[in-house]
Amino acid sequence: MIVEKIDLNTVQNDFNRKMAAVKRRVIICAGTGCVANGALEVYDALAAAIAERKLDVVLELKEEKPADIYLSKSGCQGFCQAGPLVTVEPEGFLYCKVRPGDAAEIVEQTLIGGAAVQRLLYKHPVSGQAIEKQDDIPFYKRQNRYVIGDCGVLNPECIEEYISRGGYAAARKAFTQMSPEAVCEEIATSGLRGRGGGGFPTGKKWQLTLAQQNAKKYVICNGDEGDPGAFMDRSLMEGNPHRVLEGMMIAARAIGADEGYVYVRAEYPLAVQRVRKAVADAEAAGLLGDNLFGSGLSFNVIVMEGAGAFVCGEETAMIASIEGQRGMPRPKPPFPAQSGLWGKPTVINNVETLATVPLIIAQGSSIYRTMGTEGSPGTKTFALTGHVANTGLIEVPFGTTLREIIFQIGGGVTDRFGNPDPDGFKAVQIGGPSGGCLTADALDLPLDFESVKGIGAMIGSGGLVVMNQDTCIVQVARFFMQFTQNESCGKCVPCREGTKQMLALLDDIIEGNADEQTLMLLEDLAQAVQLGSLCGLGKTAPNPVLSTLRYFRDEYLAHVRQKRCPTGQCKALAQPEIIAALCKGCGACVKKCPVGAIKGEKRQPHTLDAEVCVKCGSCVQVCKFNAIVGV
Amino acid sequence: MCPDCCQTATRKFEKVCEILDKHQCDPCKLIPILQEVQKVYRYLPEEVLTYIATGLGLSPAKVYGVASFYANFSLTPKGKYVVHICDGTACHVKGSGLIKDALFKKLSLSQDKKTTEDMLFTVEAVSCLGACGLAPVLTINGKVYGQVTPAMAESLIDDIIAGEKK
Repeated sequence: MIVEKIDLNTVQNDFNRKMAAVKRRVIICAGTGCVANGALEVYDALAAAIAERKLDVVLELKEEKPADIYLSKSGCQGFCQAGPLVTVEPEGFLYCKVRPGDAAEIVEQTLIGGAAVQRLLYKHPVSGQAIEKQDDIPFYKRQNRYVIGDCGVLNPECIEEYISRGGYAAARKAFTQMSPEAVCEEIATSGLRGRGGGGFPTGKKWQLTLAQQNAKKYVICNGDEGDPGAFMDRSLMEGNPHRVLEGMMIAARAIGADEGYVYVRAEYPLAVQRVRKAVADAEAAGLLGDNLFGSGLSFNVIVMEGAGAFVCGEETAMIASIEGQRGMPRPKPPFPAQSGLWGKPTVINNVETLATVPLIIAQGSSIYRTMGTEGSPGTKTFALTGHVANTGLIEVPFGTTLREIIFQIGGGVTDRFGNPDPDGFKAVQIGGPSGGCLTADALDLPLDFESVKGIGAMIGSGGLVVMNQDTCIVQVARFFMQFTQNESCGKCVPCREGTKQMLALLDDIIEGNADEQTLMLLEDLAQAVQLGSLCGLGKTAPNPVLSTLRYFRDEYLAHVRQKRCPTGQCKALAQPEIIAALCKGCGACVKKCPVGAIKGEKRQPHTLDAEVCVKCGSCVQVCKFNAIVGV
Repeated sequence: MCPDCCQTATRKFEKVCEILDKHQCDPCKLIPILQEVQKVYRYLPEEVLTYIATGLGLSPAKVYGVASFYANFSLTPKGKYVVHICDGTACHVKGSGLIKDALFKKLSLSQDKKTTEDMLFTVEAVSCLGACGLAPVLTINGKVYGQVTPAMAESLIDDIIAGEKK
């Protein structure tokens, strides 16, 4: 069957003409965060409220008909904390924490009246002033949303809209105007480095694969984003799946591949669905398949859903998983570039890397190099989470400091009740289970691949988890160790047994069964696992332990010497107590205590009987004054 | 094509046969096949694994090896409502452990016993669900609930139990 090829320019002009006929566009963020907060209900409520007022509205830009309002959904807009988010264009109003009940007011005031609904606007945390436009909000103002920007605007299920924003033009350029060598060269010159964690130069990887003489080659898009605390790839796959596909097409052109796989984590059902739809739409439009752009070349994409194994993010393990095997890594060399999927030369790139590629090809590597640092050009997305006022997905140029990210974009550290706490910063975990914990000393370090590695951590896939003073650092190290121990595939002994023993040692420290010898043993073992493991999982698994031992040794020593947890988080070490100076005698804890361990007169400081207390923690949950410690 | 085995087995595993046929009995498609079979049975019964092995021309040990390697495959039946408590970093530092403790206590479950006697609930801690901005997060049969407290989690369970009784 001959598929009728679409002309990108015609699609672009058609869509732009349809868009121009629309007076106002209402965009509801339908990223996972906002959906969980009820964004779909808000969408329905808005649609109903618009219908009730009999306004002229379209839900899909199918035919050309002038309409007053276009109601659409978008991918993740990044500011998950403030979701569900609703943007109104052309004014650029951004409404936060919108409830279905607000729909009528939005319709009345904004869609009919043209004015902003003041109460739904973002309020500046210090001045309390309402900020109308998205770009003026501190969270967005200091970012450079180069790769993820389109995610929050375009309808991810509409291929026409992607094309209207210049989509697939870079692929066309690569297939019709550039040789494979030129594509590789352009990416190599741009200095783009793999965003999955290692930071290997993408252009070099492609050149190595291009050099292989083989009629069959593969491109794999690594969407197995397993790092706890990272969701940038998810947002890209959900919010702009066509960009990822276009990146794969360019990679295929560069190395001479005709088949590609997108390997998506099963925990991301929406991403699986959106990527599948994008592939189907691109096939229907003749953008995937045979004779692409009249070049005579073909490229087909298969979407594969993962089955829940963190180690499959490692490239050789992912190849094994696609082949239907247990997802276990194998020694390198041979590298996938030489012998990958079914023994054929294979390029594996991370989602974010591939999503950056079309921008570089379209705009040229020199523009790309104007962002970031010499060794790490461009921008990086980070998932900013934990004890920070504004959690969400952010993108900044390399070279930005952690202080700018946490205090300006993130709005500062919060205490355990979620209130701002200017002195609350304790540590930030960067790079997930492979990365490390950094202290306040690292706040002014310009972030790039080398600088972070230099202080014992790594950029990794870009998870940034901020921790406040209430966080026990030994518990954090234990958390990551448990994660890697669970996910160790069991193939090599240092990782399989080493992580298990390290976890046991950390448990000893937390339970008060350790001494200083334990710390030395832990350090020795960590180094052995680092040196002896087969793949990246094992090699980097000791990083959280080593970095916390390096920067928070005093806290470890308090656990082993005085059998005391400075934050009071380790239950086995805690002596429950009520601090009389803080207790207001409200009685909330007395009511909550299941064993009657707390006693006291109303409005007088209460006392806690440590012998009776079972350390369930219920009293701490209800105490508004932080007066109970050691539970 | 279905493996040559007795008529009753073919009838019993009709849906498995359909799935095997769809993938042309290609051993490389083992993982997608297991995923689809699990959607039908909600877990992977041992006899089905053996049947798949025969159909694909693999050894039962190989199929069992793959099925037991990946966390999403379950070799034991799961409850009607599967509660996943996210234990990613962000959820962990925001207290996902307390939520798990509360639900385990409420449903008399433990680390070794994750499904209730009445087969209504399975409670599992899972690695990052990628909704870190809403931490702590739990999902019930795929529906995401954000900024969950132990009390809120318990009331979600109560609502389901109340709904089931109707």
